[in-house]
Amino acid sequence: MKIQLYLNGRRIEGEVKSDTMLLDFVREQGMKSVKRGCDTGNCGLCTVWLNDKPVLSCSTLAVRASNAHVTTLEGVEEEAAEFSRFLAEEGADQCGFCSPGLIMAVLALKRENAHPTELEIKEYLSGNLCRCTGYQSQWRALKKYFGVEEEA
Amino acid sequence: MFTIRKYVLASDLSEAYELKKKNRNNVILGGNLWLKMGDRNIQNGIDLSGLGLDQLEEEGDSFCIGCMCSLRELETNEALNHYFNGAIKEALRHIVGVQFRNCATVGGSLFPRFGFSDVLTIMLALDSYVELYDRGVIPMKEFSQLPVDNDILSTVFIKKDDRKVSYQCHRITETDFAVLTCAVAEKDGKYSVVLGARPAKAVLIDDVELLDPWDEEQVEAFAETVTGKTEFDSNMRGSREYRQALSKILIRRGIEEIRERNR
Repeated sequence: MKIQLYLNGRRIEGEVKSDTMLLDFVREQGMKSVKRGCDTGNCGLCTVWLNDKPVLSCSTLAVRASNAHVTTLEGVEEEAAEFSRFLAEEGADQCGFCSPGLIMAVLALKRENAHPTELEIKEYLSGNLCRCTGYQSQWRALKKYFGVEEEA
Repeated sequence: MFTIRKYVLASDLSEAYELKKKNRNNVILGGNLWLKMGDRNIQNGIDLSGLGLDQLEEEGDSFCIGCMCSLRELETNEALNHYFNGAIKEALRHIVGVQFRNCATVGGSLFPRFGFSDVLTIMLALDSYVELYDRGVIPMKEFSQLPVDNDILSTVFIKKDDRKVSYQCHRITETDFAVLTCAVAEKDGKYSVVLGARPAKAVLIDDVELLDPWDEEQVEAFAETVTGKTEFDSNMRGSREYRQALSKILIRRGIEEIRERNR
C-alpha cells in the first residue's frame, strides 16, 4: 500500500507492506542512522520521532506514520552535532552503534525539559541501552550538556 | 515471526468488532510491542487509531481514557497525576523507556490481562471501569477476571472518588518486568490491596480490615492476612516464597505512604 509522510521535513511517498516497520522504511529511504538493535522494543537504538515524540521504529508500523512527521538523526544534524561533541570529548562514542538512538532521546528530552535533574535524565534515557561505555562516559557528557551541577 | 497480511484502518468500532470476530487471526493492533514479539500470522491487523480514541479527558466526576491513549500520556497527564498524587506515574515510569511508553497503548496493555502488567495493577486499585464494545461498561475487577475474547476495549473510566493510592513494585533490574507489583488504596478509612506479577495477573483483595494504620502490629497482621489470601507462584524472576516475603513488605510500604499523606 502507498503511504505519504514527512520525513525530516520533506514530503515523500512510499510503498509498504501491511507489516513493514518504520525502521525498515526509513532505512530504505536512506536514513541509515536508524539502527536495528534488539528488535524487541527494549534497547532504544531505533529511536526516531513521530510527530516530535520519540518512538521505537522497530515496533511502529510504517503505515501508522501515514501523514505524520518522522524525524531521524539526519533531520536534526545541527543539534545532534552539538551533543555529539560532548560525547566525543568524554570518550562516550566508542563503537557508536547506540549513539543515534541516544542522541534522538537526548534531544527529545531537551525539547521537553531544557533543565532536567539528574533523576529526570536517568529516567528519560532508561530506554537507551549501551553495551560499550558502562554509561559513565555518557553520563559525564550528559551532565555537561545539560549543565547539571555535581551533587555534593 | 510476526506477519500481517492485511492492514485495516477501522472506520468505526462496529466494523472492527465484526471483522475481529470473523477469524481468530484478525487482531486489534495496539502499540504492537508485545504482539510483534510473538509468532503470529495475522490475517487482518485492525487499527483503531483513526477513531479518536487516543484522548485522555477529565469529565465531571471521572477521567475518560481512550484505548489508543499512550502510556506516556497517562504518565505525564497533569490532572490525572495530580488527582492521584503521582501514583499512576509511579506505576508506569518503570516500563522500559519513554520511547516504549510513547508506543504502548492503554488498551493494548489492559485487554490481554498480562500477568506482569503494572497498568492492570494500578487500575484495579482505582475505582475504574472499562467500556467494551459488546459487553458495555463493567468494573475493572470484573473485566480482569474475564477470559480474553473477541470484544474490544474502547475506553477506560477512572472515578474521582478521593481515594489515596500508593504504587509499589520490586524489580531485579530497573525497566525489566516486576517480580511483584502492589498497589494499596484507602477510601474512607477502608484499605484494599492489589497484587500483580505473582506471576499471574493482578488480583484485588478488599475484604481484609485494617482498623488503625498507625498500629504496627495491625499493619503487620493485615499484610500477613492479605498475603495469605493471595496465590503466588515461581518463575525465573523469583520463587513463590520470595514473592510472599516481598508482598508483606510492599503492602506495609504502601500503607506507610498513605498514612503519611493522611497525617
